[in-house]
Amino acid sequence: MEHTMAVSLRESMQLVSDPQNLDGSVDEVFQMMLGVTCVRVSGPLAEEQESVTAVVGFGGALSGACVFKCGSTAARKIAAHMTGTEFEEIDDVVKDGIGEICNMLAGAWKGKVPNLAANCGLSVPAVITGSNYHLHVQAPEFQLHHAYQFEDACFDVTIVCDGLQ
Amino acid sequence: MSEIRALIVDDSTVMRKIIERSLRQAGLSFSVVYEAGSGTEALEVLKTKDVDLILSDINMPSMDGLEFLRQIRAQNLAAGVPVVMITTESSEEHVKEAIQAGARGYIRKPFTAEQVKERVLPLVNAA
Repeated sequence: MEHTMAVSLRESMQLVSDPQNLDGSVDEVFQMMLGVTCVRVSGPLAEEQESVTAVVGFGGALSGACVFKCGSTAARKIAAHMTGTEFEEIDDVVKDGIGEICNMLAGAWKGKVPNLAANCGLSVPAVITGSNYHLHVQAPEFQLHHAYQFEDACFDVTIVCDGLQ
Repeated sequence: MSEIRALIVDDSTVMRKIIERSLRQAGLSFSVVYEAGSGTEALEVLKTKDVDLILSDINMPSMDGLEFLRQIRAQNLAAGVPVVMITTESSEEHVKEAIQAGARGYIRKPFTAEQVKERVLPLVNAA
């Protein structure tokens, strides 16, 4: 049974790594939870003094992570849409909101592949704030990296797979 | 039921507020809303407070939502109170596991207020 699942996940590689799954997940989360429509944009995010990165790990049939990164302005705007409150700084509520966005993106993304939905667990979100830092993953099996924008807020989402059973 | 007492269990404070807002948008009004950040905290609430509805996340530190459901039964707390899981885990297996553990409903994150209304109102009205 385990062998069948492993083989079918490998065979589903094209579906697992389909970039449209990530775009669809972003659409779902931002439309349903924030009431906004995101468009995919090209190029790196404009660097801000402070940025927020949330990471949710995948474990089980697929190991890796969903990484959500945005600048301070976008983080505060996202939290404002979620809570109905304006934020002057990146406080615990903003970090909590960004962590939850990443959690829902990870859940929505893995939910698009039936074998992943059932056989891949999620960690609780970890949130990093600061400036001039990089998240390095060594030789991933595959990686999706997309940037998006709503209103004047930009963010990027990365799916890193470093192991697939 | 005019005003209900609800317990919302989620390790995210933002998500607890969003769930409460969605419940209000669904037409529910509350006499009180208790909040807990884990299954452990939620069990403590249930030992001293009566509630009419419980909404719980699954992935939480300390005690997850499924263990919380099992402990409610094991400790004979909140008998007959409907529990609805609100979680990013949405596979058939997770839904079955939650229902077997005692959940009466299941909502996948992200969700709309309309989905909350569809899944929660019938349970509250039937109570």
